[in-house]
Amino acid sequence: MHPAPSVIIFTVLSGLGLGMLAFLGIGVLDVQGVAAFMPFAIAFTFTITGLIASTFHLDNPQRAWRAFSQWKTSWLSREAWLSAATLSVMGIFAINNIFRGITISVLGWLGAGLAMATVVSTAMIYTQLKTVPRWNHWITPIHMLTLSLAGGAILMQHTSAALVLLTCAGLAQLAHWRIGDRQFAARGHSMETATGLGDRGSVRMFEPPHTGSNYLLKEMVYVVGRRHALKLRCIAFVTIVLLPFLIVVALPGGTLTTCFAITIFGLGTFTSRWLFFAEAEHVVALYYGKRDG
Amino acid sequence: MTELPETTQRKLGLVIDLDTCVGCHACVVACKGWNTENYGVPLSDVDAYGADPVGSFLNRVHSYEIAPTGGGCSQTVHFPKSCLHCDTAPCVTVCPTGASYKRSEDGIVLVDESACIGCGLCAWACPYGARELDQVAGVMKKCTLCVDRIYNENLEEVDRVPACVRTCPAGARHFGDLGDPDSDVSKLVAERGGFDLMPEQGTAPTNKYLPPRPKDRLTAQAADSSSLTPIAEEPKGFLGWLDMALEAL
Ligand code: SF4
Ligand code: SF4
Ligand code: SF4
Repeated sequence: MHPAPSVIIFTVLSGLGLGMLAFLGIGVLDVQGVAAFMPFAIAFTFTITGLIASTFHLDNPQRAWRAFSQWKTSWLSREAWLSAATLSVMGIFAINNIFRGITISVLGWLGAGLAMATVVSTAMIYTQLKTVPRWNHWITPIHMLTLSLAGGAILMQHTSAALVLLTCAGLAQLAHWRIGDRQFAARGHSMETATGLGDRGSVRMFEPPHTGSNYLLKEMVYVVGRRHALKLRCIAFVTIVLLPFLIVVALPGGTLTTCFAITIFGLGTFTSRWLFFAEAEHVVALYYGKRDG
Repeated sequence: MTELPETTQRKLGLVIDLDTCVGCHACVVACKGWNTENYGVPLSDVDAYGADPVGSFLNRVHSYEIAPTGGGCSQTVHFPKSCLHCDTAPCVTVCPTGASYKRSEDGIVLVDESACIGCGLCAWACPYGARELDQVAGVMKKCTLCVDRIYNENLEEVDRVPACVRTCPAGARHFGDLGDPDSDVSKLVAERGGFDLMPEQGTAPTNKYLPPRPKDRLTAQAADSSSLTPIAEEPKGFLGWLDMALEAL
């Protein structure tokens, strides 16, 4: 699948922001008044920047409000509702914390739940697609959720939570790669099932339907960069798990350390998310003979 | 809107005969022509005369080669592909805006372009590559089963079929109600063993494909060339002289 920058920026930044909002909601940082301003501002900035980036993926964003209408069947629509609900609930929670100095913990817990539900709904947009076997597995939401929470914990400067969650995110990442690598073959999709001609023999492309490229090939048969996938996986793993873990453990806590840790972690998450798309193979590639069945 | 109808009164669709299709792409051109001028925004082309042309099409013809399991000659199969108007269309349920829908009266899957935000998710959900996001208008294009022809009383009765079916010079495309077991198309599917594409995706497509018939094989008798008796004899007389003269040149 084509790794569109807008979608990568969206999922990474809103994931970080929502992870932090969840921690703020459950009251990990027990501060009120002016001291609470910065943490909330950071969490909202990440989340909202991400959401804005997502609209750049739409060709007709002026109609984006319509995306709220189909929550009964569409995960994308549910994500729209959940993100709006999270921002509203956590917004009220934050205003009360900052300006009135009171913590309405029911609201906080609700907001935290909604934040996590938003991350899961984003993941479900990919997980639901049977056409992309690599994504179509329960490990996908766990992968995205653990990354979001680990990022949130780093931003919250909560060392013990960060260490546990970084470990979980690392394990989920490894599992996502390992399971993902086998999914396509496990599903039994091949040029033979795609064309229905398998009972006669083996099928190969003779002539493609068009000499140039098209939307399908650009969007769903993205093959650039797969050559470097292994190297990028190593870079992603080191920057998501190992380096942030070392930084959090070894360096003295403080703003500078947090900035350093989150920058490294963020770069790792971007790399991982780029691979998430670039390595994902869509079954339509079979019709173009672009995959050895 | 994106909830699928439990049943549809009719299941209109196409039956494509892989035995007969000659891969002429006439259906591709007819489809592009009709659908550029009618339902929805035109099917755009970008850089049409340049080095890297791309365009939107609702129907495309692939060509495959089968290497037979038992050995022997390979077989070329031309393979037209457009939306299969699936019964459990995954492209419909993922749409966040309700732009994508399946009609309960005839099962046709359509896009209401005025509600489409161009997110592309429906194209991701389709296993068959039947949806293309128009690169100029930014809305999703897909086969409409020529909904603006098949019910169009301004057209002659004979023209009230999809443009591709009307144009196919080989008679490889058939249009009808696949929900009615007594329709011509249903009978054709039963008779010829029509099949679904990628059935393991669980999309329950309406469109069916008829398998190519096995190639003729050389029988032992035909292979024995001694059984062929020459029908032309050595030329004599004037023709014989001409033959010799030409040979000598
Ligand atoms: S062929 Fe693709 S676009 Fe058409 S109904 Fe089926 S899933 Fe949807
Ligand atoms: S591209 Fe349009 S039709 Fe397709 S899912 Fe998005 S809004 Fe719906
Ligand atoms: S017009 Fe008919 S013969 Fe020609 S490519 Fe289309 S289906 Fe095949």
